[in-house]
Amino acid sequence: MNRYPLWKNLLIAFVLLLGAIYAAPNLFGEIPAVQITPARPGAPFDARSLAARLEPKLTAAGLTPQGFLFEAGALRVRFADTETQIRAKDLIEAELNPDPEKPEAIVALNLLPGTPEWLARLGAKPMYLGLDLRGGVHFLLEVDMDGALTKRLDAIAADLRSLMRAEKIRHQGIVRNGRLIEARFADEAAAEAARRVIAKNVPDLALDVTAQGETVKLVARLTPAAEKTLREFALKQNITTLHNRINELGVAEPVIQQQGTDRIVVQLPGVQDVAKAKDILGRTATLEVRLVDDTPGALEEAIAGRVPPGTELLYERNGRPILVKKDVVLTGERLTDAQPGFDGQTGEPAVHLTLDSAGARIFRDVTRDNVGKRMAILLIERGQAEVITAPVIRTEITGGRVQISGAMTVEEARDIALLLRAGSLAAPMRIVEERTVGPSLGKENIERGVHATLWGFAIIAVFMIVYYQLIGLYSVVALAANLMLLVALLSLLQATLTLPGIAAMALTLGMAIDANVLINERIREELRLGVSPQMAIAAGYERAFATILDSNVTTLIAGVALLVFGSGPVRGFAVVHCLGILTSMFSAILVSRMLVNFTYGGKKRVAHVSIG
Amino acid sequence: MELFHPRQDIPFMRHALWFNAVSLLTFVAAVLFLALRGLNLSIEFTGGTLVEVRASEAVALEAVRDVLAQAGLREAQVQNFGSARDLLIRLPHLGDGESAQAGERVKALLSQVPGANFEVRRVEFVGPQVGKELATNGLMALAFVVFGIVAYLAMRFEWRFAVSAIIANLHDVVIILGAFAAFQWEFSLSVLAAVLAVLGYSVNETVVIFDRVREVFKQRRGKMDTPAVLDHAITATMSRTIITHASTLAMVVTILLFGGETLHYFALALTIGIVFGIYSSIFVSAALVMWFGVTREDLVKPAKKKEEAVV
Repeated sequence: MNRYPLWKNLLIAFVLLLGAIYAAPNLFGEIPAVQITPARPGAPFDARSLAARLEPKLTAAGLTPQGFLFEAGALRVRFADTETQIRAKDLIEAELNPDPEKPEAIVALNLLPGTPEWLARLGAKPMYLGLDLRGGVHFLLEVDMDGALTKRLDAIAADLRSLMRAEKIRHQGIVRNGRLIEARFADEAAAEAARRVIAKNVPDLALDVTAQGETVKLVARLTPAAEKTLREFALKQNITTLHNRINELGVAEPVIQQQGTDRIVVQLPGVQDVAKAKDILGRTATLEVRLVDDTPGALEEAIAGRVPPGTELLYERNGRPILVKKDVVLTGERLTDAQPGFDGQTGEPAVHLTLDSAGARIFRDVTRDNVGKRMAILLIERGQAEVITAPVIRTEITGGRVQISGAMTVEEARDIALLLRAGSLAAPMRIVEERTVGPSLGKENIERGVHATLWGFAIIAVFMIVYYQLIGLYSVVALAANLMLLVALLSLLQATLTLPGIAAMALTLGMAIDANVLINERIREELRLGVSPQMAIAAGYERAFATILDSNVTTLIAGVALLVFGSGPVRGFAVVHCLGILTSMFSAILVSRMLVNFTYGGKKRVAHVSIG
Repeated sequence: MELFHPRQDIPFMRHALWFNAVSLLTFVAAVLFLALRGLNLSIEFTGGTLVEVRASEAVALEAVRDVLAQAGLREAQVQNFGSARDLLIRLPHLGDGESAQAGERVKALLSQVPGANFEVRRVEFVGPQVGKELATNGLMALAFVVFGIVAYLAMRFEWRFAVSAIIANLHDVVIILGAFAAFQWEFSLSVLAAVLAVLGYSVNETVVIFDRVREVFKQRRGKMDTPAVLDHAITATMSRTIITHASTLAMVVTILLFGGETLHYFALALTIGIVFGIYSSIFVSAALVMWFGVTREDLVKPAKKKEEAVV
């Protein structure tokens, strides 16, 4: 009686061992580090040679690094303390970015988990701390979709005007009116001709022809599908743009996420200069397409300082000089999408661009006249132009679908697509929520949370042991197991831990003891009725189970509601609360029972149960 | 050691009417406070800016208010919390564009306050639209919890139990809200989280008593009438009730003591909720079950059906 089969004991032990392993990284604290990443994503970056270059300089300055960590596109250097870390950051910054206007690399302060190697190899990480615990800025940005739609409709109206001109259809004005484009024609025939031409060239529009007195009116609106695509694109493009800009801020682990259909969450841990962050988030960049001047000798002249008139000497991303004409063929406004992909014939990696109809026409004319020449795509930010790519024009390109291919890797294609998309914000954004937490407050919050939890735990532990003696001690062990499992689960899931989350941890512990109190009271009751100790233990656990289940399910319903409808601090609370209810069911029932079984189970005569 | 072990069942139900009158009074008072004073909603719901600063020296609130008022921020609320050096500055929503900059403006203005340097510890800005959504989502969550709990209890017990439990617990929620309205404590998102957690938690308490009621009904085969069964169930679970709540309360009070400003009202809401949770489970939900006229047959019937099905 009161014995678990071996497999059950082993299973419980195994779960507890896993819990111990995954909870362990939280005990090791963090090591100060400096993180170096290339200034532009995808730019050539050799972490190992960089480390070899920096090491002697750091050692010479007395800032001996504790270790280098190489990752794809990032180098992390560990230091003994935060003072060395900050001085080393300044030194590296000065070494790599002699010209602050043209940074070669982003140098950021970071804290690396001090998890020992063998634990890290098992995938064990410490809990992910929220901004209220580590300090930093949180922004909620709202994309102005009305603005994006209006901008697009204005562009379409302009397209339609030039389309009518090209097709020689006479109209009496094409204007945007709210979310509609209205075109007037003198007669039915002209309107009908226009309708046919537009339907063929601009499939994104739903068209309607109505006679109105003397004139015939053609009303065009974006189809719901086109509108949806536009919204999604605007959001996607804004997110990529934000990514690029935030890289510049030198934030170690930024979070940029979509929220709902038109909002973007930006979290910048460790950033205190809110004004600068806002400035960078709101800045605009532009994209331009220009022709390359490949006249023999002109480039050499330009490098020698004699730039031919009407041209400009620029640099490609790999640092190669290139002579570009000043005339702008196209701007980024004409670009509606850029995606990485493959060349249909050769199978080489390529970038596919989509232009709007006006852009497509300009592009057709320019490519027809310049076959064999090179064309440069430039990104202009803070008044600085950089050539992203300069492919050779092979044939006349019609239809507004452009493919850039040749001599690039899949990764390069992806980066170029990203850079092109990131050229400018698709739609204006505004900040609808902002939270800034200073680093000292973050540290205090952790201390407060930990103190509250530990003191509460201590009070409960002392009371349980005094009141229920040995069985009480087992309840406390089960409660400690619950805390460990909860921490392990949070670390494993990398769910964000916030101050309300710590409060939830404390509250969940306070509630979890209920299950053990229920069981222990039941055992006592049975003993009082004169039932034998073995029977009383079995009956106590059995009878309490239904009650524990019912009460946990109702608590879980409330937890899930918070998880579904909550946001921000509420969600942080709910995640921990829900997980805590689940772990408490396991530890309160199984772990405490296992310990009780080890003590009393299988014995023929048990005279007394130590339950107070 | 045993603290609570009454030898006889305590006749709670005999005094049910009195207890119900007391809860009705508190309930009405809470509703009145809510209606007359309203909740002091945090900027999370109303939209606006909150700046938490720590001064190097204790400063007079008047000096800070003056500086802000001179710059046109007349509606700024300035108050201390914790110590004389910790200040909370609240600004209402200022209209588009301006609000997002309010935090920086306050920072700049504070440098004009004589006699102290300020360290900005926390800035929160919430646009009015977001606030409205948060309020709506909060109400949705409340509806979800109420519906979910009623459905679950109706399934596990009987609809009259479900309705009694939810009335008893909504009564707790209204009393918490009433207390927040009466004292004009700040009602924030985390307080809302606490309120919903209390709802789940005190239903928990009710469930424990109902479970016992069902068990007693099954065992005693009609030898006891409903009030006697309820009395017995409450008395039998009394010890557990007190110990569990004492433990949870110990945790909550440590949060109240150590948790700092951010968790202060959260812990306060939980404390009130837990105290009233005990009261309402015993005196409100059990009494409601009695008034609703639940009998042994209502609970034992489903078991009989099962037996027939097996045969």
